[in-house]
Amino acid sequence: MSGGSYYVPAKSYWPILGSLATGFMMVGLGAQLVYGSANVLILIGVIAVVAVMAFWFRDVINESHQGLYDSQMDRSFRWGMGWFIFSEVMFFAAFFGALFYVRMFAIPWLGGEGAKGVSALLWPNFIAEWPLLSPPDASVSGPDNVFSPWQLPLVNTLLLVTSSITLTIAHEALKAEKRRVCRNWLAGTVILGCCFIFIQGVEYYEAYQHYGITLEAGIFGSTFFILTGFHGVHVIIGTLILMVMLARIIRGHFSDTGHFGFEASCWYWHFVDVVWLGLFIFVYVV
Amino acid sequence: MAPRIPLQSPLQHSDTVATAGGVDHHPSQPTGWRRWLLTTNHKEIGTLYLIFSLSMFFVGGIFALVVRAELFQPGLQLVEPEFFNQMTTMHGLIMVFAAVMPAFTGLANWMIPLQIGAPDMALPRLNNFSFWLLPVAFTLLLSTLLMPGGGPNFGWTFYAPLSTTYAPASTTFFILALHIAGISSILGAINIIATILNMRAPGMRLMDMPLFVWTWLITAFLLIAVMPVLAGVITMMLMDINFGTSFFDAGGGGDPVLFQHLFWFFGHPEVYIMILPAFGIVSAIIPTFARKPLFGYASMVYATAAIALLSFLVWAHHMFVVGLPLVAELFFMYSTMLIAVPTGVKVFNWVTTLFRGSISFESPMLFALAFVVLFTIGGFSGLMLAIAPADFQYHDTYFVVAHFHYVLVPGAIFAIMAGVYYWLPKWTGHYPNETLAKWHFWFSVIGVNLTFFPMHFAGLAGMPRRIPDYALQFADFNLVSSIGAFFFGASQLLFVLVIILCVRGGKPAPAKAWEGAVDLEWTVPSPAPLHTFETPPVFRQIEK
Repeated sequence: MSGGSYYVPAKSYWPILGSLATGFMMVGLGAQLVYGSANVLILIGVIAVVAVMAFWFRDVINESHQGLYDSQMDRSFRWGMGWFIFSEVMFFAAFFGALFYVRMFAIPWLGGEGAKGVSALLWPNFIAEWPLLSPPDASVSGPDNVFSPWQLPLVNTLLLVTSSITLTIAHEALKAEKRRVCRNWLAGTVILGCCFIFIQGVEYYEAYQHYGITLEAGIFGSTFFILTGFHGVHVIIGTLILMVMLARIIRGHFSDTGHFGFEASCWYWHFVDVVWLGLFIFVYVV
Repeated sequence: MAPRIPLQSPLQHSDTVATAGGVDHHPSQPTGWRRWLLTTNHKEIGTLYLIFSLSMFFVGGIFALVVRAELFQPGLQLVEPEFFNQMTTMHGLIMVFAAVMPAFTGLANWMIPLQIGAPDMALPRLNNFSFWLLPVAFTLLLSTLLMPGGGPNFGWTFYAPLSTTYAPASTTFFILALHIAGISSILGAINIIATILNMRAPGMRLMDMPLFVWTWLITAFLLIAVMPVLAGVITMMLMDINFGTSFFDAGGGGDPVLFQHLFWFFGHPEVYIMILPAFGIVSAIIPTFARKPLFGYASMVYATAAIALLSFLVWAHHMFVVGLPLVAELFFMYSTMLIAVPTGVKVFNWVTTLFRGSISFESPMLFALAFVVLFTIGGFSGLMLAIAPADFQYHDTYFVVAHFHYVLVPGAIFAIMAGVYYWLPKWTGHYPNETLAKWHFWFSVIGVNLTFFPMHFAGLAGMPRRIPDYALQFADFNLVSSIGAFFFGASQLLFVLVIILCVRGGKPAPAKAWEGAVDLEWTVPSPAPLHTFETPPVFRQIEK
């Protein structure tokens, strides 16, 4: 409940500049995709978006250090971050839903199952299978092979699960005012995140060079890359966030009780970890 | 719902703070254009949303009038079929995403903090960001009309492969514009939920909140749940168009029907996103002008929640003819019909609130009453469409067009207009000109029915939607519809006139502008000062 000290900032340049930067980035992206040769626009847009975010967060951190925020403000941030993560869950749910639909319905139907078996007239030789190595139409060439889940994907799973544990240790250390311990475990978490990104990069290289798993390789490549790709982007963002948290810990930010920025980063990282577990099971293993 | 009275008068706080030059929170307010660009004030941002929405209402309306002008008589007269398709598409996109949704968000910005006794929205800067993304998004979307190959021409539902394999080049920009609008909606919804859950005045429990706040809480939940799914599906389109993936291409093992499932998993809750806040507005206005507490407050809350939950289980009723398995046809038919139960509870409660009330018919009440009657007509035609075997006949005809325009125009838009007339005294300090407002009401009611009622008959007789020409036997119905559309469109200029006159002057309104009004917003002065409830009012519910 409100105690009468809720901080309402008077004005800010970052929202309007952030909107324009977002628009710039999107126009650049569109121009690049449709007309080609707009890389510079995208670059400027991305830099502008990142800069606005940095200045905006700097304002929030300064206001927090000035003691302008009360416990009610803390709850606003908690609700805000919680619902933001829920929106991310639903974003990934769309891609998982697509994967399940394709595997449960679309491919069996293409193979002639059920009342919708008419597609067998178009592609009589199509065999329903998953992973789908031979898409129905001859113009689409499927992957040559798929990854064994028990090699790089397993290593990545262990890396991410471990990173969630190390991050929790860092968080507990911060709560116990053991800042050096916190710093070291947080640095370890960042390293684990970087290792994950590197291994995922190696896997993408392997996918294109030796496995024939590409974006154009039919529905297997499509679902594989959209799920692992967006997850990978989230790991990169999460690692960057943790790096910022590491820098703030080194600078002496956060206290044992007031560190929601740190805690929100932990929430985000654990969310990214859970998404990976879903990916590991449904994209690689099953 | 018993009337609610704050223990201490909140207007004292606002006044003292204003004369004291404000505490350190808000030193110098920027003036001129900077005031609007940099603002973090929920009232100013609410005003921005409402003005943006009203402008886009006319842009989308002009697109609709191009469509109606072409359909005035059979044959091709005014526009190329290609351009006609762009007009139907843009009309739908602009009305849904740029007119109706921002209007409700604008009302939420203005009224939720006032109705729960909060000093502002929970995250004021994020609030401004959410708004300013919209002009960016819709400038980009409208600019696609000028691009080589034309703008989106595949209908507002942008079914693949029309929107992927056979789409104009500008579709990529359409996708990116929709991404920006989606970010705006998600951030706005997060802000609204945080505000409602965290910023209520001391003593106000969830079940004490006005229904407009309740319906928006549930709407915000729907937005956060489904806008990311829309983002997901348009990202898959982007990939299919630009990166050679096969999500919606059966040749690569994907399925165009997958697009429809994902789209309508977003699209059906989206329909309720556009109507639940309308329920909230009507639930505020009818008790005020019937001078009776709302009948069945708790059942209204539960019915709203039930509608929201069911909305996740009915999406495939938009796809009855796509070739679903029989069990899916049956499931989605019955789950859709189930929605009539909580909706019926609501209509029953409104009618029962009126029963033996001491009713007066000011312009907000007229729009609210028209809402109840005309929205119910749209609800009944929805029930007809829910019957899967019957839908095989109605699908993609003007009957569908009639149905969803009845729930959106005299439904959502009439409720928005009712809310505007209801709250204008609070915003401007003046009552709107009642005579002009009544003319606006009657012209709108006549225009809306003239436009959309004949579409039922044209549709039942088999006239397909989204086609620029039609068979001769539909000529009379279409002539009436087109006359009605231009009449309705022109009468909306009256709406603008009433608003401008009301901003400039008029009969001064007291803090409690309507005799029967009970909620917290009527305890602050009219016009509401820029900062209200900086010290929260203590909320106490008076038992009957």
